[in-house]
Amino acid sequence: MKRYGDVVALDGLDLRVSEGTVLGLLGPNGAGKTTAVRVLATLLKPDAGTATVAGHDVLTKPNAVRRSIGLTGQYAAVDEYLTGRENLRMFGGLYHLKPAYVKVRTDELLERFDLTAAANRSLRTYSGGMRRRLDLAASLIAKPPILFLDEPTTGLDPRSRLGLWQVIRDLVAEGTTVLLTTQYLDEADQLANEIVVIDKGRVIAKGTADTLKDQIGGDRIEITIADVAKANAAATALRSVSTGEVSIEDDRLSAPVSGGSTVLVDAIRALDAQDVAVTDLVLRRPTLDDVFLSLTGHTAEEDNSPPPPSRRRGRGQ
Amino acid sequence: MTTGAPEIMKRPIIGWGLHDGLVVARRNLIQTIRVPELLFFSLVQPVIFVLLFAYVFGGAIPIPGDDGASAYRQYLMPGIFGQTVAFAAAASTVGLSEDMKRGLIDRFRALPMSSGAVLFGRTVADTLRQVLVLTVLSITGLIVGWRINNGIFNAILAYLLLLLFAYTVAWIGSWIGLKVPNPETASTAGLIWLFPLTFLSNAFVPISSMPGWLQVVAAWNPVSSVVLAARELFGNPTGIPSTAWPMQHAALYTLISCAVLIAIFAPLAIKKYRSTTSR
Repeated sequence: MKRYGDVVALDGLDLRVSEGTVLGLLGPNGAGKTTAVRVLATLLKPDAGTATVAGHDVLTKPNAVRRSIGLTGQYAAVDEYLTGRENLRMFGGLYHLKPAYVKVRTDELLERFDLTAAANRSLRTYSGGMRRRLDLAASLIAKPPILFLDEPTTGLDPRSRLGLWQVIRDLVAEGTTVLLTTQYLDEADQLANEIVVIDKGRVIAKGTADTLKDQIGGDRIEITIADVAKANAAATALRSVSTGEVSIEDDRLSAPVSGGSTVLVDAIRALDAQDVAVTDLVLRRPTLDDVFLSLTGHTAEEDNSPPPPSRRRGRGQ
Repeated sequence: MTTGAPEIMKRPIIGWGLHDGLVVARRNLIQTIRVPELLFFSLVQPVIFVLLFAYVFGGAIPIPGDDGASAYRQYLMPGIFGQTVAFAAAASTVGLSEDMKRGLIDRFRALPMSSGAVLFGRTVADTLRQVLVLTVLSITGLIVGWRINNGIFNAILAYLLLLLFAYTVAWIGSWIGLKVPNPETASTAGLIWLFPLTFLSNAFVPISSMPGWLQVVAAWNPVSSVVLAARELFGNPTGIPSTAWPMQHAALYTLISCAVLIAIFAPLAIKKYRSTTSR
């Protein structure tokens, strides 16, 4: 539990991350994602509850926790005036690594993050994507087994985002455990083994991306008809293949279906039998946006909640 | 990856706190070199003060007990030294506030490093910068007629007292930097207290020219004692000495007040650092 005045930022949040996996913590702004990460990274003390990271209690053994984690926040928290190499060396020194080790490790990370050419330039010359990569590299200098990534791709262009995703996948393949917060549903869909959806500091759903999608119903067929006058006939046709309610909105109709793509063929036959001309017809799998909308009544991008916190109980191994 | 498991250093003889502090201080000093504009203007400002006071106000401010032609300039320079090192506190305020805004403080706090190290590194670096500032100012002073009249050993003691005072106010400035919400506020909050602190002192005018109640304030102001101690050690005119205890024991009072202020503000700043987050 974490309160800020009257605002409860984390409220009975219970998280568990298995070793070598990615847990995606998903929620709108103000849901408590960042607060949860801050508690787990020893930056904030919870008002109640416990959290264990790599077997160490965040309240009683904060330095043991800090030795096991890397933290990459929403802003590239690296020194603007130092070069890329100087930044990495500074963080290596602060992790108390041997200078000789830091030297080799720095070159290795610069190479891996495609920053070797820019290594000796001040960060003022870096692009946003380069800063984020250096930020992540700084988190990795001591090879922490656990990584907290707090909205790591917020504000990045699509290409940089894809690049960062690949880096995260590689790290997980090497055995790193990751707690990823994001408001990008596709990011969680791409990276997370398990997803926890939170809102107002509480868990409102958890599971894999697929189970969450199934939870709000399966596929939907969506059609657009050429002549609005034929809407009733089209609805009749869809009802014959649907597993639930058909919704009609002007020239667009949609209905829940099951059975995969063969249902499309059935739908086309039924529509043809009713003599309905169709301009568009798709079978749509639900996105995590749909999941979010159905769980919270608002979409992930709507920013309507007050600031963070909450109670958390977490474990990363 | 080609490196193996992380290799941890043996605990250095100086201890982790000092080690971490020096890593941070090094970073802050590199910043100084990378932003020469900032260094340039931080040098120009006190030089402008020297010229303004020496040539604009100088003729209008008599130094009791010494009416030599260059008396005011002799009197002025230690005052400018004291004022300049006091204003260095604003650099600590703004620097820490920017580190906080950029998320660097959060990152440092999530590292297994000593919790005082970031502030220690900051205050040490901001003090070391004053060595350069005092050098440039001293040269300017020599050009306008200021002289060291009491031997090089006493002069070194004077500079060390000034640097101790710089280190002390850097802690106060650090504490303010962690308290204010953003760098914009920091640039005001970091300066505002320094004007009364430095002007309600003997830095520019003799205390004996002030109203009675203000003389008491000025006499007990540590800026007055560090400036008076510097004047005595440089062998510059001091005006008519005040009878207040700090003015009779300027160097001792400076040491005591610096120790007390550090004992108050360093723990306050470190406590704030431990609980602060960027939002």
